Amino acid sequence: MRHSNVFAQSQMSVGQKLIHMHWFFILLLSLTAVIGFAMLYSAAGASFDPWASRQMVRFVLGLMGLMVLAVTDIRLWLRYSYGIYFVVLALLIAVEVAGFVGMGAQRWISFGIFNIQPSELMKIAVVLALARYFHGGSLEEIERPTYLVPPILLVIVPAVLIVRQPDLGTTLMILLASAGMFFAAGVRMWKFALVGAMGLAAAPVAWFYVLRDYQRSRILTFINPEDDTLGASYHIIQSKIALGSGGLFGKGFLQGTQGHLNFLPEKQTDFIFTMLAEEFGLTGGLILLALYTMLLVYGFSISISSRNHFGRLVGMGVTLTFFLYVFINIAMVMGLIPVVGVPLPLVSYGGTAMLTILLGFGLLMSVHIHRDLVIGRRDSGDDL
Amino acid sequence: MHRDSERHKLFSRRAAMLAGGKTVLLSTLVGRMYYLQVIEAERYKTLADENRINLRLLPPPRGPILDRNGFAMADNQQNYRALVIPEQAGDLSHTLALLSKIIPLSEGDWRRILRDAQRKRAFVPITVRENLNWGDVARIEVNMPDLPGVLIDVGQSRNYMFGEETAHVLGYVAAVSEREMTGDPLLELPGFRIGKAGVEKVYDQVLRGSGGSSQVEVNALGRVIRELARQEGEPGSEVRLTIDLDLQRFVAERLGDHSASAVVMDVHTGEVLAMVSTPSFDPGLFNKGLDQEQWDALVHNEKAPLTNKSIAGQYAPGSTFKMAVALAALEKGAMTPETKVHCSGSTKLGNAEFHCWKRGGHGTMNMHSALEQSCDVYFYEAAKRTGIDRIAAMGRKLGLGETLGIDLPGEKHGLLPSRKWKMGAYGVPWQLGETLIAGIGQGFILATPLQLAVMTARLSNGGFRVSPHLMEDANKAEGNLTPNLESLGLPPEHLAVVRGGMNAVVNGTFGTAKRSRISYPGYEMAGKTGTVQVRRITKLEREQGVVKNKDLPWKERDHAIFVGFAPVDNPRFAVSVVVEHGGGGSSVAAPLAKDILLKVQKLVETERGPSDLEASLERSTDEIGTGKVGKARNET
Repeated sequence: MRHSNVFAQSQMSVGQKLIHMHWFFILLLSLTAVIGFAMLYSAAGASFDPWASRQMVRFVLGLMGLMVLAVTDIRLWLRYSYGIYFVVLALLIAVEVAGFVGMGAQRWISFGIFNIQPSELMKIAVVLALARYFHGGSLEEIERPTYLVPPILLVIVPAVLIVRQPDLGTTLMILLASAGMFFAAGVRMWKFALVGAMGLAAAPVAWFYVLRDYQRSRILTFINPEDDTLGASYHIIQSKIALGSGGLFGKGFLQGTQGHLNFLPEKQTDFIFTMLAEEFGLTGGLILLALYTMLLVYGFSISISSRNHFGRLVGMGVTLTFFLYVFINIAMVMGLIPVVGVPLPLVSYGGTAMLTILLGFGLLMSVHIHRDLVIGRRDSGDDL
Repeated sequence: MHRDSERHKLFSRRAAMLAGGKTVLLSTLVGRMYYLQVIEAERYKTLADENRINLRLLPPPRGPILDRNGFAMADNQQNYRALVIPEQAGDLSHTLALLSKIIPLSEGDWRRILRDAQRKRAFVPITVRENLNWGDVARIEVNMPDLPGVLIDVGQSRNYMFGEETAHVLGYVAAVSEREMTGDPLLELPGFRIGKAGVEKVYDQVLRGSGGSSQVEVNALGRVIRELARQEGEPGSEVRLTIDLDLQRFVAERLGDHSASAVVMDVHTGEVLAMVSTPSFDPGLFNKGLDQEQWDALVHNEKAPLTNKSIAGQYAPGSTFKMAVALAALEKGAMTPETKVHCSGSTKLGNAEFHCWKRGGHGTMNMHSALEQSCDVYFYEAAKRTGIDRIAAMGRKLGLGETLGIDLPGEKHGLLPSRKWKMGAYGVPWQLGETLIAGIGQGFILATPLQLAVMTARLSNGGFRVSPHLMEDANKAEGNLTPNLESLGLPPEHLAVVRGGMNAVVNGTFGTAKRSRISYPGYEMAGKTGTVQVRRITKLEREQGVVKNKDLPWKERDHAIFVGFAPVDNPRFAVSVVVEHGGGGSSVAAPLAKDILLKVQKLVETERGPSDLEASLERSTDEIGTGKVGKARNET
């Protein structure tokens, strides 16, 4: 099967690849980012400083990174999947060893002029590594339980490192996205049921030995929010007030009282959706949700249109990760799930999350551009 | 390849299932958004407004209190306060340490400030010290750069320009007590003051005005962001009193260190021109808050500085009651003006002997000379013939024995004894001897200085029921001297006899107050002295010689009383002077009354413009000691 199906894409020039880019997708994500800029401008009290301007710079840089990733041959990604994974894992361990305390949790690693959050990059790295692993597995192999041990380790090791930081939101996202990839790869349903049951059994242990006090209190608060209106549940109650008082059409741009009077916590990051929904109402919230949905639909369609399994899995993993960002964040600010620190993709202020999303979409674009490239199951891209 | 396409199919199926799951979850989000933003929108809108809108009360400035000529006696002063905002101070203790080098801070202040800082939010200013003087303010301002978080704030505090001199009339304001909370939110404002005594209390509602309100938007920490709406309150109205400030201050100065009281009123209108009680107190102390030591000093002072003696001091009227006895005797016909009574120094009733103040006796007396020389024996006889009930009735007509309804709190009603009263109060019948004692204004009888002034006014205005008041009557008719006053039904010839007697007391050859005569034509006064025994003189002491007042302890000395009016032939002003344990009415009280009556006549003349008598009065300036007070007018 060596190079039996080398199609035109492998010989495409960078220019041709750019022409084949999914430009409508880029337009959609840019529109979403613009909404983000507007909300950051509002959150700062009608000022580009300190958030909106920096976010714009990051977006532009991220978009350039996206282009670079998109035009890179997908077989290169296949070849370096594990390499990237282990580099990010090494960074994660470095955070554990040498990271400094930021936001009350050890998450950042400093590279002099900029800080990086390896746990965010790990979301993409895990997707790459799992896609590589399942790309090479036949259905028969996937049936074998022992075959599943290496990919489980690929997920569990970073998950444990990240939950120790402690960062429950990221851990949750990596676990859920990975589960989605196992599922798409064809792992039997009953195996998920089994893992689910084991998870439930382990919950009490996790409650006492893994979760920190503030995480426990957030979960308790979620179960009974009226218990403690000025403590942990204060945020979520204020968030609901902001959302609800926004009504159908909102209070108007820059007119949100809850946000501007600081009743909303972290309005530029985790609670930015609340701000949007307060100022633009249900209408504004639905427009943003529609944009996200369109991005997800295109992600789905790109994923299933790929003629190589690696591309399909990467596209699926990236789309699922994006969905998890959207869902967890919005469900959290609306009080549907406990408070976990997950930003709203492309909108919340924050460099690493923006980078993660755009790099992920870079891979998705690469999948799209190289959609007709067939790569053999045993082909690891080494001989490109 | 076959297996590969199967793997692809499985992938597509699973991906579709995942997409389906995502759709369900996103629909949940939409449903939740609809629930929060449409179904529950109203509830959350209300909650958002409750979050951000705070209603603040704006205290109205308290109305000023003016004298009859429009000079302010109480107003509001800028009160400079030093505040500290802990949030800006950083290290609060350090800032306080620096501040204490500029303005001394007591240990209590330190504790209070640090306690407040713990309890309140960090941006709420805490009062460090109130009522800073200019020097302190300037020193703090200069050092401001070294005092982070310290600021100077200007509030309003009540200011009594003449302090002790007007304290009993004006009263004072102080913090609202729990008991006085009426539900008016204004009263619950920290630092709000209400009238607690005097005019401040009686006219509190007028002076207070009504509070305004300000709707402000606050942020999550309660910090004010901006004002949304403002409703201005109604500032307190001014209250104009009948008090003449110059006279009031003159009287206060003249009474000096005595424990005494004086009331000056217009005999026709009832306007009180001066009301002084000494010793007095500093009304500002109540505004700032007294400490225990200051409070004890005021309460345990035997001269009762907190009591307004003019309305709440009750004294036996002594010989000043003899006018009432004389009128009662004339009314009954028990005496005519010419009825003669011989005074040998005492008279007997059964076994009891009743003495005249003059040991050797006055000889033969008629009503005129008995009043002039204040003969006790004559009035023992007059009282005996008239009877206590008729005397009491006459006293009541003249304003004794009941409250007069002056616009001040705490007015006492005095006491006019009668047969019925004695039976009710003691359960034993009235004794004839008690009637004799009542004839010289001693025994059970009690009257306030205000009642004595009103009695004198009613005697001198032709027998009209004039009542005292402090609030200027806005629509008083000019020229009409006794507007709508009810007549007491006293025959003018009876009043003439009494007034003639009172004239003789001051201007007669043998008058008990002849040394206090006013010698300027047209300004002469008439009056009556009274010296009230506050101890029993035993028979033994009388035989050995009565101990002189100056040799007695203060508490046992006689009260000195004088009531008078002027000008003598066209009465306009009445005065009463009571000096507690002051000694003789003629030697102590009469000279005070003389000065006061001369002063009030002079003031009224100058207020009405230059008069022919100006020149003659100029000469008397030194004698009546107006120098200091005269200057004060220019300052006001």
